[in-house]
Amino acid sequence: MAKIIGGMGTSHVPGAGAAIDNGKTEEDYWRPLFQGLKPLREWHKKNTPDVNIIVFNDHATFYSLDAYSTFTIGVAEEFNPADEGWGPRKVPIVRGHPELAWHIVESAMSEEFDLAVAGSLDVDHGLTVPLSIAYDQPDEWPSAVVPVCVNVIQHPLPSALRCFKLGQAIGRAVSKFDQDLSVGIWGTGGLSHQLGGERAGVVNPEFDQKFLDNLTQDPMANTAYSHTDFIREAGSEGVEMIMWNVMRGALGDHVDEVFRFYHIPVSATAYGAIILENQ
Amino acid sequence: MPTNKDERDYDDVPGTYVLDSRSYRQGYKLNMFLMSLNKADARAAFSENETSYMDAFGVNEEQKSAVLERRYLDMLRLGANVYYAFKLVSHDRHPPQVMYGKMSDPELTFEEFQQMMLSGGRAIEGLRSKKENGDG
Repeated sequence: MAKIIGGMGTSHVPGAGAAIDNGKTEEDYWRPLFQGLKPLREWHKKNTPDVNIIVFNDHATFYSLDAYSTFTIGVAEEFNPADEGWGPRKVPIVRGHPELAWHIVESAMSEEFDLAVAGSLDVDHGLTVPLSIAYDQPDEWPSAVVPVCVNVIQHPLPSALRCFKLGQAIGRAVSKFDQDLSVGIWGTGGLSHQLGGERAGVVNPEFDQKFLDNLTQDPMANTAYSHTDFIREAGSEGVEMIMWNVMRGALGDHVDEVFRFYHIPVSATAYGAIILENQ
Repeated sequence: MPTNKDERDYDDVPGTYVLDSRSYRQGYKLNMFLMSLNKADARAAFSENETSYMDAFGVNEEQKSAVLERRYLDMLRLGANVYYAFKLVSHDRHPPQVMYGKMSDPELTFEEFQQMMLSGGRAIEGLRSKKENGDG
């Protein structure tokens, strides 16, 4: 049977990906981030699963005003890094896992989660930067990926609670999958940041740390925030934090925090990462 | 349920623009023009003649002049979403902090914005609520 081995939360700031791609991780600006991430990468070396389910959002790359789905699962054999306006990142093609992806679709749909299914999905920095953060610059990504794309841009968005419940449905689906697979679940985006408007650059360490504390101590508290709570306290783009609730929902009731890192700034963002293991 | 004209509770957050049914309708053509810049041949065509390229998308005069003059904050006020606006910054090969700084109040240069972030970012105190600040 398939089993979830752990969860990671990480910001997916494009600048961090560019720093890796362009060999800048030892520069003064970037060194604190990549020094801080060393234990995270060590954990990933020891805990490389067959498949990572990566919960991310698209940034006007695949989805646009043409059509938008609240939750999308990528079921393709592979996913190409997307051109987001400056050419595609030169990172390996992302290998999919159609069997697990379709199983999640069927299982979640039977529980009334109406998921969109993407058979062709170019993945942007929301998905590829977390891969680089975890695995640096390999010739091939060590794990297959099931992309789970969440709308956190075009309101109305799914609620923080709905995201948690989707995670629970994914967790149940994985536990019912009839292949021996080890599975990681990643929530990406956040933490506090705002990119647009007169308030651009706003961050809120107090709110972020509370959110990180809640992941182990009181995960339901993170499902009680409204979108306006996130926008007000964590910035209009900080609402991405609802995607961490999908990750948390897929884990068990009780988890241990085995890694945490928090750093300001990464571009205009408060960077946060956490690793959680089921007790 | 809110209608297109109704206020949203996040309208109370100062200096903040959210893509919702109101900005969706206001900025549809502007955002779809920006979205097109994901493709290299489109970026080349836009470089060739910015005005005529936008005309093909039906971008209105006010929006067009905001784009031509790279007035990013006005672009948001006219319905653009920041992720779509990014395509323009990328096209210009500028780091995003150029756009963040131009949108800031008061306006900041790239260096000033970068320095603000290195000093711990923009503090949230006083920036949570227009009503609390007495300007709602």
